[in-house]
Amino acid sequence: MSVPHAWIPPASGAPGHPVPTPDREHVLAGLRGTDAGGSNLVQLLTPEGERVADSRFDALVADVDIAALQALYRDMVLVRRFDREANALQRQGQLGIWVPLLGQEAAQIGAGRAMAPQDMAFPSYREHGVAWCRGIDPTELLGIFRGTDHGSWDPKATGFHLYTIVIGNQCLNATGYAMGQRFEGRVGSAIGEGPGAVSANPDAALTNEATVCFFGDGATSQGDVHEGFVWAAVYDAPVVFYCQNNQWAISEPLERQTRVPLYQRARGYGFPGLRVDGNDVLACLAVTRWALEECRTGNGPVLIEAFTYRMDAHTTSDDPSRYRLADELELWKLKDPIERVRVNLVRSHGVEQAFFTGIQGESDELAARFREYCVAMPAPAPDRMFSHVYAEGSPTVEAQRAEFLAYHASFEGV
Amino acid sequence: MAVLTMAKALNDGLRTAMERDPKVLIMGEDVGKLGGVFRVTDGLQKDFGEQRVLDTPLAESGIIGTAVGLAIRGFRPVCEIQFDGFVFPGYDQIASQLAKLHFRSQGKVAMPVVVRIPFGGGIGAVEHHSESPEALFAHVAGLKVVACSNPSDAYWMIQQAIACDDPVIFFEPKRRYWEKAEVDRAGQPLPLFSSRVLRSGSSLTLAGYGPVVRTCLEAAAAAESDGHDLEVIDLRTLSPLDLGPVVESVRRTGRLVVVAEAPPESSVSSEVAARVQQECFYSLEAPVLRVTGFDTPYPPSKCEEDYLPDLDRVLDAVDRALAW
Repeated sequence: MSVPHAWIPPASGAPGHPVPTPDREHVLAGLRGTDAGGSNLVQLLTPEGERVADSRFDALVADVDIAALQALYRDMVLVRRFDREANALQRQGQLGIWVPLLGQEAAQIGAGRAMAPQDMAFPSYREHGVAWCRGIDPTELLGIFRGTDHGSWDPKATGFHLYTIVIGNQCLNATGYAMGQRFEGRVGSAIGEGPGAVSANPDAALTNEATVCFFGDGATSQGDVHEGFVWAAVYDAPVVFYCQNNQWAISEPLERQTRVPLYQRARGYGFPGLRVDGNDVLACLAVTRWALEECRTGNGPVLIEAFTYRMDAHTTSDDPSRYRLADELELWKLKDPIERVRVNLVRSHGVEQAFFTGIQGESDELAARFREYCVAMPAPAPDRMFSHVYAEGSPTVEAQRAEFLAYHASFEGV
Repeated sequence: MAVLTMAKALNDGLRTAMERDPKVLIMGEDVGKLGGVFRVTDGLQKDFGEQRVLDTPLAESGIIGTAVGLAIRGFRPVCEIQFDGFVFPGYDQIASQLAKLHFRSQGKVAMPVVVRIPFGGGIGAVEHHSESPEALFAHVAGLKVVACSNPSDAYWMIQQAIACDDPVIFFEPKRRYWEKAEVDRAGQPLPLFSSRVLRSGSSLTLAGYGPVVRTCLEAAAAAESDGHDLEVIDLRTLSPLDLGPVVESVRRTGRLVVVAEAPPESSVSSEVAARVQQECFYSLEAPVLRVTGFDTPYPPSKCEEDYLPDLDRVLDAVDRALAW
């Protein structure tokens, strides 16, 4: 596919002149008001599955051998499998809504696998792949979408904060958390510089901490993201701002959010920003590892724009056919994050079919377990809503609970 | 026993809390070198350093949003909002994250954050510097809301709010910052979420909070010379309300006047009135009356004397209730 140059909006005409829109070529390429990444796009694995050399980032994934690449492949396949299962469960009335990650597996697995246990992630609401990497069982995500809870996992134990639904809020929360990591002296211990420094000084690498904040292209228009960038910059907070630019904020395309490539915004705040092929798990792993090392050694923050594509709807309640062309999806299917790893494993490493069949079997088992768990989930006790409103309780809430229980008890025996 | 202004009492309370717990941080605009525009944090940065008293960038959502993150990390941030009318950029983080994280996490994440807000009018200020937005916070489940009215309460309540594992919106009556009173640092404070009977009486109950508590006490003194024996209650906690002492009082007096600077519609004063009529229906000798601001934006300062509940308006309501 030929890559067009950046789409530059034509000079606007007289007042009342129609707002210029990108031509079809740019729309199809999913590029719109951004440049294509071009020489600035970090890519280690092409859509055709070819490993390309990168003098800056190769060293950061030098340890990724065949087994490690197979593990990344497995992660992506399993995550996609339960994502598709959840979509089906919603269609069958078992979930109220689902937020699909289809197409963003590489962006999330690459970033998630770059994180160390002591790091902290602040997700939006689509980070099922990052949750997977943080050791959260997919079934633990279901409560939010089945309506039995607002998030069941322990953020501290997993290093994965609860999903944040208000767009961009988590960028400030992540920055504050990272400020705390710095205040507690958990960044900047000497690791050394250059490739291999981490393995040369594992103690510092194990002690130092960083935070990764996940958000989308739509969130970049929010004030909280701007303020998060400002705070992180002036307090040198060890936070990686990881923007998955999936091109669409529900129905609004990227050019409604920005006139410059998103990664370039970092410069204005005084920290580095880079764009990575978000459908290339190896590149996402490398770039996030680099950014985390920068943060751990005290050189944060860093902005990463993972250039990817939301292959499904915003949520199961959304209908993309109303606002985007099916051709666009077809073009992005050619850049599928999983297929390129499969091709690479087969062609470059001679991995045999038995491996892929095995993963397929494992994913089917996961989907079955996921489904069984979902349909058997009990509704919470009605008075659960009165619990945990406050850490130290509230006589007002307790009085309402008592009244509520008495009301329901009044029907007993009727 | 020391005689302190409310500003100094708050300063002492903050200092004591910071000495007691190294996780306590102060965050806000101009709270460091300047000591805050009301000097409530005066000298704290000098003594505790820039990492515990943070002069933050000038954005309220950022102050609250990063405080939420710091609290997740285990800190106990005390945020200063410079003036009541500037809290709204931070309202999203307060209502969406600060108030809800403990509930969302089913108790796994506590939010021990205090948001200090100088509130109320009477200082001749420009727009956005004299508001009483407490109902907007009292209405949000997950927040606790208190208002101090005198130096002694200020000294103790700020420490108790900081020690509380729930988010506390802490309203300080800015026109009372420079009034002095005795503070007994060795004393035993009331629990934070409790109202207090300041003056016992038998003919009518006056309830208020924050800056109007003094007005209520003055009204009780003035009414005494007319032979009326008024009970005065400082509500202190606005969410949860502690109406036990008010209900007990009204059952004896049969009459209640609620005083507040805030607009009356859907307010703390209307909540007090609704619940007291529910609890004291057979004791009431007169409808619950309210003396408040008006349902207008806070007016230009040349009009604020007419907006704020003053001694005359309170006494007028007392007379009407007694004559019912």
